[in-house]
Amino acid sequence: MATTASTPRKKVNRIGLELRPYRGSKTTLCAGCGHNAISERIIDAFFEMGIEPSRVMKLSGIGCSSKSPAYFLGGSHGFNGVHGRMPSIGTGAVIANKQMIAIGVSGDGDSGAIGIGQFVHLMRRNLPIIYIIEDNGCYGLTKGQFSPTADLGSKLKTGVVNDLPPLDMCTLAIELGASFVARSFSGDKKQLTSVLKAALSHRGTAMLDVISPCVTFNDHVGSTKSYAYSKDHDEPLGEVNFIPYFQEIDVEYEAGSTYSVKMHDGSHLLLKKLDADYDPTDRLEATRLLHETRRRGEFATGVLYVEPDKEDFIELLNLVDAPLASLPLEQVRPTERAFAEIMEGLR
Amino acid sequence: MSPTDVAVQETAASAATHPIVNDLNIQVATVNGSGSQTANMVLFRSIFQMGIPVSGKNLFPSNIAGLPTWYTIRASKDGYVGRKREVDILVAMNIETARDDVMGLESGAMVVYDEPLKLSALRDDLIFYPVPFDTLVAASCPDAKLRRLVRNTIYDGVLAQLLRIDRQQIEAALKRQLGRKVKALSINQAALESGYEYAAEHLTKQDPFVFEPMERTRGKILIDGNAAAALGALMAGVTVVAWYPITPSSSLCETLIDYLRKYRIDSETGKATFAVIQAEDEVAAIGMTIGAGWAGARSMTSTSGPGISLMAEFTGLGYYAEVPAVIFDVQRVGPSTGLPTRTAQGDILSTAVLSHGDTKHLLLLPASVAECYSMATQAFDLAERFQTPVFIMSDLDLGMNTWMSDSFEYPTTPPDRGKLLDADTLARLGDWGRYRDVDGDGIPYRSLPGDGMPAYFCRGSGHDANAQYSERAEDYENNLTRLARKFDTARGAMPAPVIEREGDGPIGVIAYGSTHWAMLESCDQLRQQAGVRPAYFRLRAFPFSSDLGAFIDRCERVYVVEQNRDAQMLALMRMELSPDRLAKLRSVLHFNGLPVDARTITDAILAQEGQALAPVTDAQIA
Repeated sequence: MATTASTPRKKVNRIGLELRPYRGSKTTLCAGCGHNAISERIIDAFFEMGIEPSRVMKLSGIGCSSKSPAYFLGGSHGFNGVHGRMPSIGTGAVIANKQMIAIGVSGDGDSGAIGIGQFVHLMRRNLPIIYIIEDNGCYGLTKGQFSPTADLGSKLKTGVVNDLPPLDMCTLAIELGASFVARSFSGDKKQLTSVLKAALSHRGTAMLDVISPCVTFNDHVGSTKSYAYSKDHDEPLGEVNFIPYFQEIDVEYEAGSTYSVKMHDGSHLLLKKLDADYDPTDRLEATRLLHETRRRGEFATGVLYVEPDKEDFIELLNLVDAPLASLPLEQVRPTERAFAEIMEGLR
Repeated sequence: MSPTDVAVQETAASAATHPIVNDLNIQVATVNGSGSQTANMVLFRSIFQMGIPVSGKNLFPSNIAGLPTWYTIRASKDGYVGRKREVDILVAMNIETARDDVMGLESGAMVVYDEPLKLSALRDDLIFYPVPFDTLVAASCPDAKLRRLVRNTIYDGVLAQLLRIDRQQIEAALKRQLGRKVKALSINQAALESGYEYAAEHLTKQDPFVFEPMERTRGKILIDGNAAAALGALMAGVTVVAWYPITPSSSLCETLIDYLRKYRIDSETGKATFAVIQAEDEVAAIGMTIGAGWAGARSMTSTSGPGISLMAEFTGLGYYAEVPAVIFDVQRVGPSTGLPTRTAQGDILSTAVLSHGDTKHLLLLPASVAECYSMATQAFDLAERFQTPVFIMSDLDLGMNTWMSDSFEYPTTPPDRGKLLDADTLARLGDWGRYRDVDGDGIPYRSLPGDGMPAYFCRGSGHDANAQYSERAEDYENNLTRLARKFDTARGAMPAPVIEREGDGPIGVIAYGSTHWAMLESCDQLRQQAGVRPAYFRLRAFPFSSDLGAFIDRCERVYVVEQNRDAQMLALMRMELSPDRLAKLRSVLHFNGLPVDARTITDAILAQEGQALAPVTDAQIA
C-alpha cells in the first residue's frame, strides 16, 4: 500500500480563505511601531470574522498611520487621500457603494488637528465605518512635533514641554454621536482583536482610539504615550469578549459579573465588569468614566460606549438596495415623457 | 405754459408718429425683501408671452432685506439678450436710490415713480409719470399687513397700460406666478387692476415706447442657468451630490434636490436612487464627491469662487490619483469674499491650474442655459472618460438670471462610463496596472470597489503604473508625461469651438461663457457703426481645440473679450500658443460686477482699432 506524505493543511477561515489575502505589502514604518501591531490585529480580526477582502474599502488620510492600510488586506481597494480628509472621502465612498465594509485609518494629528471638522461631522452622521485613530500623541512623519492628543506636560525628546491640554477623541466621539466608541492599546493583542471584531459587527460609526506608541519620537521617559506609561496606566474596563453571530454562545460567564450587549447583527459583546456596574450603553456614564480615569492619569480601555440600534447615515438617506455606483440607466435617467413634462412646465 | 411743457408736448407728438416698438430696457429700482421679484417676473413673463424676445437681470445686494435692488428687463425685437447699459424706462420705487437713478438716465427716458418722491423736479428732459402707490394700495388691499407685498404689482398695471402690454397676457403671467396661492393671487389681481385703471384715467401717454405682439418666443422655455445645469445633472444620472451653500450657486443644488425627489425615487420601493449631502464645508463637499467618484458613482458638487479656492487640494488629488468628479463653479466677483451677488469670469485661470504641482483641469464654458444643461450632462461623461475632475464654468449672470431658450434635447446616448476594467478587458490585457497606458491615449483602465476586478491602492502620493508607492524618478516622470498625454487626448473630446460670425476683414474676436450675448450684439454694432465685420470664435472648453490656432492665423488682430481684470483666458492661451499667434492677441476686459454690455465691447474695440479703421460709408453699412 502506497503512502503519500501529506502536507499540513494551511489554516483557512470560515469562508475558506487562507491568511495570505488578508496581508498587505511590507510595512515601511519603523520597527516596533505600534501601528504595525494594529495592522496585524486588523488582519487577524478580518480573517477570523471571515470578511471577504474584496468587500472592504480601506481609507486613510496622511501621516504614518495613514500609510498603514497598504500593509493589510492587500486584496481590498484602498484610498490614501489628503491630510485630515479621510472622513469626507469615506462618506462619499460608503454612499456610492453601501454594500462595502469601510475601514478608515487616521492619526491623532490627522483627526484631532487638521481634520477635526470632518471628524466631527462623520461622527455626527453616524456613517457606517470603522474609524481607527492610531494615537501616538505626535506627528511621526514630520519628526515628532506634538499633536492635539499629547498630554499636558509631556516632553519631546528635545525637552520641549507640551503646554496645552489634550483632546480626548473618545469623549468627543461619544458626544458627537458615534454609536460605538472604544479605546485600546496597540500592545494588547487580545483586547484589540476583540474590539475590532465587535466593531465589524456594529452598524454605524465605530470609533476606535488605539494608543500606539511612536518608538522613534515619543517613547521616552516623560512621554505619556510611551510603551512604559501606557502599560502602567492602562485601566481596562474588564475583559472584552466578542461572540460573532455565526458562533454558538458557549462562553460561560458569571451572571451579574458580565455585561452583555446584543449587537444589531445578532452578535454578542460581552464585557466583564470591574468593581462598578459599568453600563456601556449609558452615554453619561461613559463620559463620566472617561473624565474620572483621565483625572487619575489613567486611560480606560475596552468598549466604552455602544448604541447598537442607532440609525446610521445610510439608513437615513433611504437609499435603494443596490449600490448607487452601479445602478442601471433606467433607474437613474428619467424617461423621455418625464423630460417632456419638465420642458412643458418651463414654457 | 412753461418751456418744459412745450418740450414734453413735442416729445408726445413725436412719440405718436415715431413709436419705439419692442425695443426697450426697463429698470425697476426697489428695496430687496419688498416682494418686487413677483412683480418683475410677471412683467418679464407677460412680454415673453406676447412673443417678444426678452431678458431679465437681477442686480441685487448681498443681504436679505432693506438694501437697494434693481431688476432690468430688456425687450428686443432683434433678439438681443445681453445687458443694455442705457435705461429707457425707470420704475423708481426706492427713495434711497431714486435721485441717482433719475440723474443717470439718458435724455428722453421715461420714469414711473412713487409720487411723494417728487422726482419730476430733477430734470426737464425726461417723461415723468407720478403714481400715488400708497393711496392705490390702500384702496385695493384692505388688509394693511399685506399691502407691502402687493404694492409693487401696481407698477405692473401702470406699465401694462402705458406700454400696451396685452392685458390678458399680464393676467395670465400673474396666475402663472402665483397660481397655487389663491389669496395672494386675488390681492395681486386687485393691485394690478388698480395700477391699470389709474394709468388709464390719470396718465397721458407722452413716451414713444410700446409693445406689440410678435412670434419670436413660440415654443421657447424660460429657465435660469442653475436650474438648467441641475437638469443636465439629473439627465446624466448623477447619484451622489455633496454641496455647501454659497451664492450664487446654491440654487443649482436646491433645484436638483427638487428634481431628484420628484423623478428619482424608486416607484416600487419608495427608496432613493441618489444621495444629496449638505457637507460641513466645501472641502468636505469635494472630498465626498471624489470619494464617491472613486467608488464608481456619478458624483458632483457645486460652488463659487471661495469654495473653489477651498477645493484646491482635493482637486489636485483628483487629477493625480485620476478620480472622476464634476464641479460646477457659478462664478461671482472676487478676490476674497468680493461681491457675492455680482458676476464675473474671474476664476478661469486659477481653476484651470487649481492645486499645487503640475495640475491641469478640464473646463467647460457654457454660454447659454441650453449649454448649462448640455455641458452638465457631458461633464459626467468627460469626468469618467478621462478619470479626472471636470469644471463647468458658469457665472452669476447665467446661473441666477432667467433666460429664454429653445427646449432642451433629451439625451440620445447612454452615459459614457469610460474605461472600466471588466473580465474581457482583463483577459485581453493579461497583466493589468491601474495607471498603465495600454491604448496610447494616456487613459488607463480603472476598477471599482466591489466590481470583482483586481483592487488597487489609490493615492495622492507618488506611484508607479501599478499604483504602488514609488519615489523613483522615472516613475514620477513617466506618470506626469502620461497625464499630459491624457490631457492632450481630452483636447479632441471637449465641446468644439463655434464660429458664431464669419468675418471679412482683419479683425477676429474671441469670447466665451455669458460674454457671448453682448459679443454677438457688439459684432452687429461694429458692422453698423464702423463697417467692421469681425469673425467671432466662441471658446467652449479648455484645453483649447487646435482650431484656435487656425482661427488666429486667419486674422491680423484678435480681441479676446472677457469679464475679468487680468485677461485670464488670454493668459491660458500664453501656455498653449506660439509667440507669433500670441502677438496678434489683444484684450477687451470688463470687470465692474455687472454683466458686460455690447456698447462696452464695441467702444473698447473701436478705441484700440483707432486709425486702423477706414471711414465708414453708407454703402459699407448697408
